[in-house]
Amino acid sequence: MEAYLDNSATTRCYEEAADIVRHTMLTDFGNPSSMHNKGVEAEVYVKKSAEKIASILRVKPKEIFFTSGGTESNNWALFGTALANRRKGKRIVTTEIEHSAIAAPLEMMEGLGYEIVKVPVDREGIVDMEALKAAVTEDTLLVSVMMVNNEIGAVEPVAEIGAWIKANRPNTYFHVDAIQAFGKFRILPKRMKIDMLSVSGHKIHGPKGVGFLYVDEKVRIHPMVYGGGQQNGMRSGTDNVPGIAGLGVAAERIYRDLDAGVEHMYRLKERLYEGLQDIPNLKFHGPADLRKGAPQILNVSFIGIRSEVLLHTLEDRGIYVSSGSACSSHKRAGSATMQATHASAQEAESSVRFSFSELTTEEEIDYAVQVIHEVAPMLRKYTRR
Amino acid sequence: MVQAFLIKYAEIGIKGKNRYLFENTLVRQITRALREVDGEFRVSKEMGRIYVHMDGEYDYDGAVEALQTVFGISGICPVVIVENIELDNVKKELVSYVKQNYPEGKEYTFKVFARRPNKKYPLDSMELNATLGEAVLYGCPWMKVDVHHPDAILTVEVRDLVYIYSVEIPGPGGMPVGSNGSAMLLLSGGIDSPVAGYMISKRGVQLDAVYFHAPPYTSERAKQKVVDLAKIVSRYSGQIRLHVVNFTDIQLAIYEKCPHEELTIIMRRYMMRIAEKFAERDGSLALITGESIGQVASQTAQSLLCTNAVCTLPVYRPLIGFDKQEIVDVSVKIGSYDTSILPFEDCCTIFVAKHPVTHPILKVIERSEHKLDDVIDALVQEAVDTAETIIVE
Repeated sequence: MEAYLDNSATTRCYEEAADIVRHTMLTDFGNPSSMHNKGVEAEVYVKKSAEKIASILRVKPKEIFFTSGGTESNNWALFGTALANRRKGKRIVTTEIEHSAIAAPLEMMEGLGYEIVKVPVDREGIVDMEALKAAVTEDTLLVSVMMVNNEIGAVEPVAEIGAWIKANRPNTYFHVDAIQAFGKFRILPKRMKIDMLSVSGHKIHGPKGVGFLYVDEKVRIHPMVYGGGQQNGMRSGTDNVPGIAGLGVAAERIYRDLDAGVEHMYRLKERLYEGLQDIPNLKFHGPADLRKGAPQILNVSFIGIRSEVLLHTLEDRGIYVSSGSACSSHKRAGSATMQATHASAQEAESSVRFSFSELTTEEEIDYAVQVIHEVAPMLRKYTRR
Repeated sequence: MVQAFLIKYAEIGIKGKNRYLFENTLVRQITRALREVDGEFRVSKEMGRIYVHMDGEYDYDGAVEALQTVFGISGICPVVIVENIELDNVKKELVSYVKQNYPEGKEYTFKVFARRPNKKYPLDSMELNATLGEAVLYGCPWMKVDVHHPDAILTVEVRDLVYIYSVEIPGPGGMPVGSNGSAMLLLSGGIDSPVAGYMISKRGVQLDAVYFHAPPYTSERAKQKVVDLAKIVSRYSGQIRLHVVNFTDIQLAIYEKCPHEELTIIMRRYMMRIAEKFAERDGSLALITGESIGQVASQTAQSLLCTNAVCTLPVYRPLIGFDKQEIVDVSVKIGSYDTSILPFEDCCTIFVAKHPVTHPILKVIERSEHKLDDVIDALVQEAVDTAETIIVE
């Protein structure tokens, strides 16, 4: 039996998303920039996708820009607004638990002279609102906060942050990395006062290599990729029609019955949580109230078992999970998220992330629970003496 | 344009009656190294020298780089070939060769060193030296003669065609692989063992390797890293048979039954024993390790004595007297360093004692090993039988 419990790494593509990818590669394969019919035909797919996504977010289709994925969207939001607003100041506020697609570009910008302020989070991974308010000064250019943490599933109060920024710091832009949130939450940028929002296709059963950045039309942002002037000159390069079409189909389907999908994932999360309860010496990460965390992520440390060892043991039995940090005998500090939530070194080096999707079944969860019960005592027998 | 490389070889030259065997091996290795390079290459043995001839366009940098991986080559001389061997034309070609390689703007000293295997040529080598030297002096006024310590020795060989060369690019030295039997390398994912393999291969020894894999404590990626390292070494050594041995059960047995601080030593003794079994199977004449005295607890003089005690084959330890930095330097030179330091480390730390013995006593270790008597033979046999062999080239 197989149990794919690594859906926060990537998901299986929906059949209908894969179908449209194939169709736009083999039949309607034109270049939207071409003058002829074949091109116009292809352009329709791009327009339709933008419309579908815009209607999910309740924004305008022209505010949706397709990119190569979450990482590009995040990079563009940061560099693009910084470049276009050089007189606004050089201060950017973020959190201590961002994904590396935010943390790494910010580190680079720090080298360019930007002032990067990282706001701490509590033990459940929730950002400290008071610290954030104190950090966002009048001359702050941008605030970037992830909506769902990819490791422990903490859900950040982005609506509250957005409202506060709009009311108190009207000149500051607000970017939200929603890569783990889109398809699990209703996200309404206009109501939540989000100026920019990053999304990736393959986390919502779409193809890899495609994503989008929502940019409110009032935001001043420079393109980062120049060339043929596609997408209103904001993101040049021949449109990735198959990817964009697949993304649109996936987004539409996942939001068609969002509540049922989310409920299904929460049930799976609770089922796994319950199933593991009688294993001694566990430490669950993220919000203690499971329903307050993201539906698709359960992160737990099996104290005394190195996460990579458990990962490879489970892999051998057809169960796929993620380990918090790469196993390294020299560097044992753990990830930024683990450090920021004050996980001990022992907890950090034994943490495993289980992540679900609407395609995950109860049988998969039960199988994983059964196998973990079998292997955990055996693995715990062999610990460093 | 360079149309040939003259290959200079070092130690082969001093071999006696079996010299031709060494030369043939070298020709074979050169042909192998050039297989992947863009161009048509002909490798030939003529009158005690090896030439690589190129027909038409080819990748010069790629060819030189490939030749620099062939053990046995001490120098690579890019040769310009003159087809019209009439004296006036040779003069003209030599002057243009000098203009290209020693351009005006800086003073160079030179001498002409002519050889005349083609005895029908009207001038002898002394006359050629003088006439051609004069031509260079007139044609390139910035060139000065110095017959004792010249910057450039312009070598002109008159055969059916005329060969001109003056530059010698250093080769890796050593002896051609295949001229000295084969040996079994204990390859890990670290910095040292690939270097050890490189150094023994340099002496003409063909390599095979054994890697000890411990899933789930070591990952598939760690194994892939070892395959990648073997591939880098094989650029020099040629094809390597890499035996991947599942070592987990043996490690766990040692962990359960033997004193923890002796675990690494006992583990290494079993690695040596298993490596010998593969050596026997592959016809290897020795084992190779990357050990260096005192580098870690399992490589102190006492520890080496204990590990060595289980071996019947000689163990080549080319790094035995090297400092870590010296090993790193070679590792960077042969291109294995960047792969060696990739962080797919073993999760084997549970098998490493916090304070391992540094002065093990052989008798004590042997006594501890007896605790494994009831299971170990079967485990070793299983490890050997289930090993996966990967051909790396």
